[in-house]
Amino acid sequence: MKEKSIIGLGLESSCDETSAAIVADGKVILANIINSQIDLHSDYSGVVPEIASRAHLENINIIIEEALKTAGISFYDLDYVAATNRPGLIGSLLIALQSAKAISFTLNIPLVAINHLEAHLYAPFLEGNELSFPFIGLLVSGGNTALYKVIAPGQMQLLGKTVDDAVGEAFDKVSKYLGLGYPGGPVIEKIAASATERKLIFPKILPDPGDRRFSYSGIKTAVINYLKSNPQCDISEVAYAFQERALEILVRRLFDAARELGIKTLVVAGGVAANGRLREMILSELRPDERVMFPSPKLCTDNGAMIAGLAYHYFMSGKFDSLNCDVMSRV
Amino acid sequence: MKEVFVTNNPEETLKIGKILGEKAREGDLIAIYGDLGTGKTTLSKGIALGLGISEDITSPTFSLMEIYKGQKTFYHFDLYRIESENELNNLFFEEYWEKDGVSVIEWPERASSRLPKNRIEVFIEYINDFQRRITIEYPYN
Repeated sequence: MKEKSIIGLGLESSCDETSAAIVADGKVILANIINSQIDLHSDYSGVVPEIASRAHLENINIIIEEALKTAGISFYDLDYVAATNRPGLIGSLLIALQSAKAISFTLNIPLVAINHLEAHLYAPFLEGNELSFPFIGLLVSGGNTALYKVIAPGQMQLLGKTVDDAVGEAFDKVSKYLGLGYPGGPVIEKIAASATERKLIFPKILPDPGDRRFSYSGIKTAVINYLKSNPQCDISEVAYAFQERALEILVRRLFDAARELGIKTLVVAGGVAANGRLREMILSELRPDERVMFPSPKLCTDNGAMIAGLAYHYFMSGKFDSLNCDVMSRV
Repeated sequence: MKEVFVTNNPEETLKIGKILGEKAREGDLIAIYGDLGTGKTTLSKGIALGLGISEDITSPTFSLMEIYKGQKTFYHFDLYRIESENELNNLFFEEYWEKDGVSVIEWPERASSRLPKNRIEVFIEYINDFQRRITIEYPYN
């Protein structure tokens, strides 16, 4: 390292994953330890909050130690500490935020409280992509489906979001209804790819151009209705038809917004951004003068690196949070 | 008192919800039963409209609970992800159910022994792809 790097610790516990990461200068990941609780939850077809917060509490110290060890540094090398404080499950969010406060207080280093949604959209900039603003950010996960114009760190303009269910939630619910398990995304993608019959078509979601909202309640109901009246149907064909419609609206909204606003840089992040079919659909719509960034699958899930990475910019511009900052279930 | 409606589309379900919301009194708790895709969130959206809430009501499946401020406060719960009542131990939802606002609970069967006795129960049943039977039972006459 030429000059001394700025080293940050990022903590994340807003939902399934407990994670601690060490990031240098907001772009180099020195350690990114993620302990997923999906095994614990898969029996339950969803995240169970009490299990989640108890497991976060049991994990967090071990994971922080592991992150420091992997990065080859000690607590005293840290310049700042960051944690997700919104949005998410209150009991779960508290574990990372309170741990970060303890570290901030003990080491006398700044605390940065981070918006989890903004951090997801930062993930590609931890993988060699040069930070550039503005960009259109599409955030797709189990709890969120939203489109943003991102102007600078801390400056996001919401362009549209779901009016009912999140896209990942629809994958989970349809998957449970099909008897395919949790999480629904990967299993539906896999079964859809194996579909030999592709004639079934579900109605378009919010087909009006100019509308920037998303909706997943209608397609969920359409799939369930179809299964009720066609109990002998081919599950893989249903999965295929559902996935095509569920993803199509994301692609349409993303490009409509980018082209209307004249923005050429796109970021697609969150758990559903790991879906291979979604990536394929976006890449085939992309024009030569447009650029899209997807985080690698590891950075699509909840992780501490995106928290530490984004927090670097807050730290550099002196935007710290006080020890009495709180968690919020919504942004 | 018991009322039974048959709705022909989501708009009519929304309308039933709106009337429920307009009639709701501070401290009321409305438990909405029904399978996936029957229209529980649609009915909840209607209730919110009736309570004078202009914000978009989204499914609280992930967050479990959302709070909206209107003429009356609207506490919107979704217990879909709750598998056993013990999981509610650390969530203290009962405190909201005793409050001044109007609470709506989707998937209330996941907390059946904890629900206050004085509650409005709504059952949504699938008739066909479009129609739903909505039964509302009030704890009073």
